[in-house]
Amino acid sequence: MQMKFIVFILLAIGSGLVSAQEPVLSSVPDTLEQRVKPCTICHGDEDKAGRDAYYPRIAGKPAGYLFNQLRNFRDGRRYYQAMAILLENLSDEYLLEIAHYFSSLKYPYPEPAANTLSPEEIQAVETLVHSGDPERDIPACGACHGKALMGVEPFIPSLLGLPHAYVAAQFGGWRNGGIMRGQTPDCMSEIAKKLSQEEVNALTVWLPAHPVTGEPAEAETLPPELAQRCQTILSGEGFTR
Amino acid sequence: MKQLSKFRSAEKRQVAVFIASMLLSLSSIAATQPSANSDAEQVLRGEYLTRAGNCMGCHTTRGGKPYAGGRELVTPFGKFVTPNITPDNETGIGHWSEEDFWQALHYGKGRDGSYLYPVFPYTEYTKVTRQDADAIFAYLRSLTPVAQTNPPHKITSPYDNQFLLFLWRTWYFKEGVYEPDDSKSEEWNRGNYLVQGLGHCNACHTPRNVWGASQDDKLAGGEIMGTYWYAPSLISHREAGMGEWPVDEIAKLLSTGVTGHAVTSGPMATIVRQSLQYLSKDDMRAVAVYLQSLGEKRGEEAPRKIPPMPERVSRYLALGEPVYIKHCQECHGKSGEGVPGVYPPLAGNRSVTMTSPLNTIRSVLYGGFSPATAGNPRPYGMPPFQHIIRDHEIAWVVSYIRNAWGNFGSLVSPEDVDSSRGNEF
Repeated sequence: MQMKFIVFILLAIGSGLVSAQEPVLSSVPDTLEQRVKPCTICHGDEDKAGRDAYYPRIAGKPAGYLFNQLRNFRDGRRYYQAMAILLENLSDEYLLEIAHYFSSLKYPYPEPAANTLSPEEIQAVETLVHSGDPERDIPACGACHGKALMGVEPFIPSLLGLPHAYVAAQFGGWRNGGIMRGQTPDCMSEIAKKLSQEEVNALTVWLPAHPVTGEPAEAETLPPELAQRCQTILSGEGFTR
Repeated sequence: MKQLSKFRSAEKRQVAVFIASMLLSLSSIAATQPSANSDAEQVLRGEYLTRAGNCMGCHTTRGGKPYAGGRELVTPFGKFVTPNITPDNETGIGHWSEEDFWQALHYGKGRDGSYLYPVFPYTEYTKVTRQDADAIFAYLRSLTPVAQTNPPHKITSPYDNQFLLFLWRTWYFKEGVYEPDDSKSEEWNRGNYLVQGLGHCNACHTPRNVWGASQDDKLAGGEIMGTYWYAPSLISHREAGMGEWPVDEIAKLLSTGVTGHAVTSGPMATIVRQSLQYLSKDDMRAVAVYLQSLGEKRGEEAPRKIPPMPERVSRYLALGEPVYIKHCQECHGKSGEGVPGVYPPLAGNRSVTMTSPLNTIRSVLYGGFSPATAGNPRPYGMPPFQHIIRDHEIAWVVSYIRNAWGNFGSLVSPEDVDSSRGNEF
C-alpha cells in the first residue's frame, strides 16, 4: 500500500515535470480576473478598491444586481457611455459569469469617509434611513436594502462603501431621469423624487461615512408590498445562482 | 345467394369508397405535406438569410424588440429611423405581399411606390435572388407581430425630395440580381454574392461621395457614415486586404471575432456577433475565398523606405514611450508583440499604421471586448483609457505605437484625439 502510494507520488511528480516542460503558448492567465481587466481599471482590484474615484465598488455586491445592471448598460436601459461601449458585444451568459465573479470578491472595505453633518442633520437622516417617512410614502432605506444596508440577495445592492460622488450622481440621475431611460419603471426614481434636496445632500454624506459591517440579507426579509413596488428590480430573467 | 351478392356488392362499394377516400386523403397528404414542409424550410432558410443580411442590426434598437425598428441612423442628409418589419398590420409589414417586399429589396421602392432612401442598402440588396428575398419575407412574416410606431425620419432640406431621390437613383443605383462569373469557382461566386449582396459590406467598406453614394463595389475602405469609425479597405495590403491570409484564418476572424494575429473591434465586432458567426461553414469559407481574391498581394514590392526622422519628431515620439510602458506594455508586450489570440500585436499591425488613426485612437479611448461568439464565448478585452489618461497622452502613445518597432505612420495630435470622440450612444 505504502509502496503504491510512493509510486503514485513519483508518477504525479513526473507528470508535473512533463507538463512544466511543455511550451507555454501564452503567458496570459486563463482566468476571469485576467478577462475582466477592462472592468478593473476603473472599478479597482484588491489594492485599489478605494473611494476617491467616481466609480462604484462592485466587489461583493449581490450577483443578480450586478447581472441586471450589466444588461441594463448593454441594452441602453441604464445610461453610461463607457459601460455601453464596453459591454456592447457580450452575451448574457458571459455577463452572468462576470457578475458572479465580482460578487464573489471579498475585498476589504475602505475606511468610512468623514461625517460632516450636524447632530440634527444626522438625526433626521438616520430617521429617514431606518424608518422612512410614511406620510410621504417614503420607505426606510433598510426596508429594501437590508437592515445592515448591505443589500438583499440576489438583486438589491448594498448602500455602503460607495464613493460620495457616485451616490450623489445616482440620486441626481433618479431625480432627473438620467439613469434609467425610456419607459423602464424604476422604484428608486419614484422614491428619490419625493426626497428634498437637503435630504439627498445629507444622505450622500451619511452613507459613505457609515462603517461597513454585516452581510447582504436574504430575499425572504423583503416586505411583500415593497417587493411588489420594486418588482422590475427583483426580476432577473436568465439569472441563476 | 342474391342477398349475399347484394351484400357483396354493397361491401364492394364500401370497400371501393374506402379505397377511394384513402387514395384521396393520401393524395391530399401528398399535396399538402411537402408544401407544409417546404414552407417551414423556407422560413428556416429565411431566418438564416435574414441573419446573413443582418437586418436586425438596423431594424432593432438597443435592448428593443427584435425587428420592431426605431433605431436612428444619423447621416449628413438627416436622421433616418428604421421601420418596424414585424408582421403587425398597423405598424409593421402585416399588409405587405411578397411582391411589395421584392419591390423594396430589389428596386428600393416603398409599398406606396415612393422611392426609398438608400440608407436602406437596396443598392446592395438588389443583387439578392428572388428566391432568397421570398424566404426572408416568409421568415419576417413568421415573427410575432410587434405593435410599435416609430417616429418619422427627420430629413434635412432639400434632401426630403422624391425628385432628387429619382435623380440619385438614375445616377447611382444599378438594379439587378447577382450574375455569376463563369470563369470563377462556384465557391468564389457564392462569396461574391454574399459579400456584395446580403452582406452589404459595401455599405461601410467603401468611400462615399458628397451625395452619400458608395463609389463602387470595390470595398476600398472609408469612414462609416454617422459613426466615428473607419472601415478599412479590403483590398489594400496596407489596410485590411486579406490577399496574403490563408482562407481558414479569414474565416476564423469573421466567425469568431479573433485569430492569432487580429481581433475585430467597433462596428465590425458587432457585425460578427449579430450576423457573421451564424454563417454556415461553407458560406463562411466562400466569403473568405472571395475576400482573399480581392486583397492585393504585396508580391515583389520593395519594402517601404522609412525616411530618417527629424529630431523634433523623434522627440515627440519619445514622449509616448513612458505612457506605453505604464499602460500598454503589460498586455501588448515590450516590443508590441501582443499575445496570440488574446491581445493583438501592435508591431506590424496594419490597423495601427493605416493612414486613418481613428480606430486606434478610439480603441484607446473606449477600449472594448472582442465579440462573445460561439467560437470565443469569453473574450478578453482592452480597458477604456478616456478616464485614465489625458488627450495629449493618448496622442503621444498613439503616435509612438504608429512608429515603434518598425511601424511607420503619421503623428497624431491631441486635436485628432478629441475629434475622434462621439457616437450614437
